[in-house]
Amino acid sequence: MIMNMDSLVFLIISAFTIASALGVVLSRNIIHSALALILTFLGVAMNFFDLGASFLGLVQILVYAGAISVLIIFAIMLVMKPDSAATNPPTPSRDTHFIGGLLAWLVMIGVGMAIGLTRWPAMASEPAEADAVGTLATLLLGNYVVAFEAAAILLLLAAVGAIILAKGDENP
Amino acid sequence: MSDHAALGVFLILTLVFPVAAMAAAWLFRVKSAPTREKLLPYECGVDPKGSGWMRFRVNYFLYALVFLVFDIETIFLYPWAVKFQSLGLFAFVEMIVFIAILALGLWYAWKEGALQWY
Repeated sequence: MIMNMDSLVFLIISAFTIASALGVVLSRNIIHSALALILTFLGVAMNFFDLGASFLGLVQILVYAGAISVLIIFAIMLVMKPDSAATNPPTPSRDTHFIGGLLAWLVMIGVGMAIGLTRWPAMASEPAEADAVGTLATLLLGNYVVAFEAAAILLLLAAVGAIILAKGDENP
Repeated sequence: MSDHAALGVFLILTLVFPVAAMAAAWLFRVKSAPTREKLLPYECGVDPKGSGWMRFRVNYFLYALVFLVFDIETIFLYPWAVKFQSLGLFAFVEMIVFIAILALGLWYAWKEGALQWY
């Protein structure tokens, strides 16, 4: 066998993720794009699970595939054109294609160089793989409790701010 | 390897199950020609008026937003619940404070009529 099981699983997951990401870009109907985006989120979550970061994968499914996608779809419904077939037309100009592709390559090269040039510190011991969530809980509710409560206030401010923005024009 | 096998079994099951359910429904249903009523989109038993492709009120968005805030609260509750036994009273009080701060957001949304249904 040329390819071992790990890389085969990684290839399948990556192919799924890239295919659904292409669906987001290429679909002519923006609702279909949003649904393909959910599949992309699920593909990224599968990648997290594959890497052993199961808590991140859970967050990815619960927050991104569950809540952010609903938010995106509602935002689309808020501003959608009534003609469904023309909601996500292709960019007409070749120049914008070129600039967009160039920017994507620059980001990829930048991230790749950042990963390649970082000097990763050697681990003193193996991380406690089986109890990653438990470790997170001990840290979050122990050493980093101020940051934890600050996160709550941040969430509160985000909710209140969005309600003020959305309600603002109805009763001036 | 065994992890991958378990994931693979789940993947195959989730792919097969909807197809099997649809195939069974197709197999056992009464086969008759589709009528106009049958082809209408389902809207709680009422015939839909006009196109479904229209703009919606901002209230839907506010619902999704409140949902998002409490979804993230769930994310924080999950590790706490895993370690509940060993974390003790202090962590419990911390979590109550956390939930109280977020409940303040729910109270504000309620007060501002963001949960009002039109």
